[in-house]
Amino acid sequence: MDPTLAVFRGLKRAGIDFAASVPCVNLQQLLTMVSDDSGIIHVPVTREEEGVGVCAGAWMGGRRPVLLMQNSGLGNSINALASLDFLYKIPLLMIISHRGCEGEPIVGQVPMGRLTPGLLEAMQISHFSPAPVQAEETVAWAWSLAAAERKPVAVLLDLQFWRGR
Amino acid sequence: MKRIEAIALAAKAAQGQNALLICNIGFPSRELYAVQDRSENFYMLGSMGLASSIGLGLALARPERRVIVLDGDGAVLMNLGTLATIAHQAPENYLLVILDNCCYGSTGSQPTCTCLGTDLEKVAKGAGVASARTAANAEDLGLALEGNGVVIAKVEPGNADVPVISLSPREILTKFMGAALSTVSNQSMRQA
Repeated sequence: MDPTLAVFRGLKRAGIDFAASVPCVNLQQLLTMVSDDSGIIHVPVTREEEGVGVCAGAWMGGRRPVLLMQNSGLGNSINALASLDFLYKIPLLMIISHRGCEGEPIVGQVPMGRLTPGLLEAMQISHFSPAPVQAEETVAWAWSLAAAERKPVAVLLDLQFWRGR
Repeated sequence: MKRIEAIALAAKAAQGQNALLICNIGFPSRELYAVQDRSENFYMLGSMGLASSIGLGLALARPERRVIVLDGDGAVLMNLGTLATIAHQAPENYLLVILDNCCYGSTGSQPTCTCLGTDLEKVAKGAGVASARTAANAEDLGLALEGNGVVIAKVEPGNADVPVISLSPREILTKFMGAALSTVSNQSMRQA
């Protein structure tokens, strides 16, 4: 299963109809597919925190939002996730390209990559790291969990995932 | 113009236009709650800087509803990228009102960069916002409230003596979403 296609199918299965995004090289095909899908409003944003705000507004307007981002943007989103999404109980699906793991060629990605799971756990944000073969189901299920519990949920997809493993 | 007077003008315009109104954290939300509480008001209690972004997401999600955002100079300076995103999306049903009092009014009136010469109208234009202008008085603001894009409303520093908002986050959200989504179902019923 192509990893990008599996994630995209998961989004469609979840009924995701709104996306905010900050690019990662591993998300480039997914970003094109989301932009090309007439059933998804796609809003490229300038930083991830802004995307948390845009997605919250979209949900208040009746949409099912996803934030497509790299884990390096988690740090600038933490206050918004806490004092907007947690405070008002607003759901959000976060599809996060997880850099800085095994096989990472860029040394600057490593510190935040190592810290990312712990940061999510400290924030009590459930996170899942499926293999490509499970990704469609996991992505769809992650949105169901976010919507049912009215909170942010993250799917962390590392370099091995994007290489199809 | 005092900020609470600008907020009262915007609230009246929002009511007349049946617009949804997103309001920045702190005294602006308290002043709005005091002058005109409506279910269509969303009072921010956290996430400083994101009023314009919440309003943009809402406007794009519900293109048939008019959305007005009441933001501050300090909050916009914290999220300047929002002006580029607004310019890129340019929804016709969206108006960002930046209440510029040249200071962080809710934290002791420390000066912001607009006090030192940063011109948010030029910043918005430079970001690509087609309709960006400054309202120096109530008359200008009244006209600007009929349009879209970005308006910088020059207001005096200082907060009105108003109480804290007596609604929980849950109450704010439930009331607001009831108002935001009810018109949608009414419209689809009319279409059916």
